[in-house]
Amino acid sequence: MKKELFIERVLLFLALSSIGALVTITVFIFWEGIPLIASAGLKNFLLSSHWAPTRGHFGILAMIISSVFVTLGALILGVLLGLACAITLAEFAPERVKILLKPTLELLAGIPSVVYGFLGVVWLVPLIRDYLGGPGLSLLAGSVILGIMILPTVISISIDALSAVPDLYRDGSIALGATNWQTVHRVVLPAASSGIIPAIILGMGRAIGETMAVIMVAGNALKIPTSVLDPVRTLTANIALELGYASGRHREALFATGIVLFVIIMILNLTASAITRRR
Amino acid sequence: MRLDPRLSQTIMKALLWTLTGLTLFILIFIIVNISIKGLPQVTPEFLLEDPQDMGRAGGIFSTIVATAYVTLLAILLASPLGVGSAIYLTEYTREGWITRIIRFGAECLAGVPSIILGLFGFVLFVMTLGFGWSILSGGLTLAIMVLPIIIRTSEEAIKAVPQDYRLVCYSLGLSKWQTITRIVLPSALPGISTGIMLSVGRSLGETAVLLFTAGAALRTPASLFDSGRTMAVHFYILAREGISMPNAYGTAAILMISILLINIVAYGLMQRVMKRYS
Repeated sequence: MKKELFIERVLLFLALSSIGALVTITVFIFWEGIPLIASAGLKNFLLSSHWAPTRGHFGILAMIISSVFVTLGALILGVLLGLACAITLAEFAPERVKILLKPTLELLAGIPSVVYGFLGVVWLVPLIRDYLGGPGLSLLAGSVILGIMILPTVISISIDALSAVPDLYRDGSIALGATNWQTVHRVVLPAASSGIIPAIILGMGRAIGETMAVIMVAGNALKIPTSVLDPVRTLTANIALELGYASGRHREALFATGIVLFVIIMILNLTASAITRRR
Repeated sequence: MRLDPRLSQTIMKALLWTLTGLTLFILIFIIVNISIKGLPQVTPEFLLEDPQDMGRAGGIFSTIVATAYVTLLAILLASPLGVGSAIYLTEYTREGWITRIIRFGAECLAGVPSIILGLFGFVLFVMTLGFGWSILSGGLTLAIMVLPIIIRTSEEAIKAVPQDYRLVCYSLGLSKWQTITRIVLPSALPGISTGIMLSVGRSLGETAVLLFTAGAALRTPASLFDSGRTMAVHFYILAREGISMPNAYGTAAILMISILLINIVAYGLMQRVMKRYS
C-alpha cells in the first residue's frame, strides 16, 4: 500500500508541472520587465510612441495600436470565412462531405507560421503593392495572413458549438414554417453564440500573439498607422526583431513589451474559458 | 419590402458555399504552391549534404539533425510529464480544487504565444542557467510548449478506455497501479501516440521559440550544449534575407509535407480509437 501512495505522490508532482511552468514563465517575464516599467513610468511606456531604446525612449503606443488594428482586421476576415465554413459544414453539408472537409480544413493549423509569412511575401504583398498602392508590406497584408491563420481555431470551435445545439430547436423552427436558413440564423446561431464567442476570442488571442508571419509581411515600421496600406510593427514583431542584439535596459524594455502582450492574451483566454464554463 | 424567405435562403446558401470553397481554395493553393516549387529541389543530395555558403548551396542535412535533436528532447521531457498528469487527472482524483488548478495551468499554458515562450527560454535557460543557445535550451522550451497538447490528448485517450476494463482488473486482484500500467495505458496507447505525434508536428514548424533558444548555427550540433539551426529557422532565414529562393522552397516543402503527413496519421489514429470504444 505504501508503494501505491508513493506512486500517487509522484503523479501529483508530475501533474503540477504545467501550473509550475506557467508560474515560472510569469515570474521570469515580470521579473525582467518590471524594472524598466518602474523606471520609465507606466504612462510613458504605454502612452508614448517614441521608441528609441538605445537613447532611452521606451514608448510602445504605436506597437499596441498596430497590434490591435492588425488583429481586428484579421478577425473581420477570419470570422467571416470561419463562420461561413462552420455553418456550411454543421448545418448544410451532407454528412459525408462534413466528415471529409472538417479534418481537411483543420490541416490549415498544421502549416507552420513561417510558411504563411513566406507565401504572404511572395503572393499577397506584390498584389497589394500593384493594385492598392503603398509598399505592400502593410497592416492589410498582416491582417489577411493572420485572418487565414486563425481560421482553424474559429472553424473547429464554432462547429462544435453549432453541433451542440439540440435538433429539437431546429425541428421546432422548421415545424413553424421557417426555412433552413431562417432556422440557422434566428434559432441555431443565437443558441450557439455562447460557444462561438469564445471561438472568436481565442482566434483573437492567436492573432495578437502570432510573430513570425507578421514580421515577414507587415513591414515593421515604427509609427502609428494612418491607413491599412501603411507598414506596421506589432508588439510581437518588436520583441522578435530586437531580442537578438538588445542588452541592458533595451532588453528589459523587450520583456516589458512581453508583459503587455502576456497580460492581453491571458485576459482574452480567461474570458473565453469563463464564457465556455458558464454554458 | 421583404425578401422572399426562400429566395434569401438560396442566396445565403450560395454565399456560404462560396466562402467555404474559397477557404478550401486557400488551403489547396498553399499546399500545391509549396509542393510544386519545392519538391523539384528535394534530391537525395539536398537531404544528405550540409548547407554551404550560408545556405546558398548544398543541402539541409545539419538542419534536419538539429530539428530531430530538439524535437526528440522535447518529446522525451514532455511525454512523462504529460502522460503522468493525465493519469493523475483521470485515475487518481475526483474533480476538486487540485484538478481545477492543474487544468487551469494546462489551459493557460496552451494559450501562451510562442514569442513569450521564446523570451522565457532565453532568459531562463540561455542566460540564467547558462546553457547558451543550444539544443538543450531549445528542447526544454519546446517541451513546455507541447506539454498541454500531450496532457489534453492523453486525458481524452485514458478517459475513452471503458470502466469495465478497470473493474475486471480489480476483481482479479490487481492493484491500481498494475491496472493502469498493464491494462489502461496499453489500451490508451494509440490515443497517447496521437498527442505525441501532434507535438512532433508542432515542434517541427516552430520558429519563434527556437530562434531565441537554440540559435541559428549552421554546423551539425555535436552535443546538447551546441547551438543548432532547425529546418523552420533555416527556412525563415533563407526567405527573409533572400539568400536562396529555391533552397527556401525546398526546405518549406519538406517541412510542410512532413507536418501534414504526421497530422493526418495522428488524426486517423484518433478516429480509430474513438470508433473502437464508442
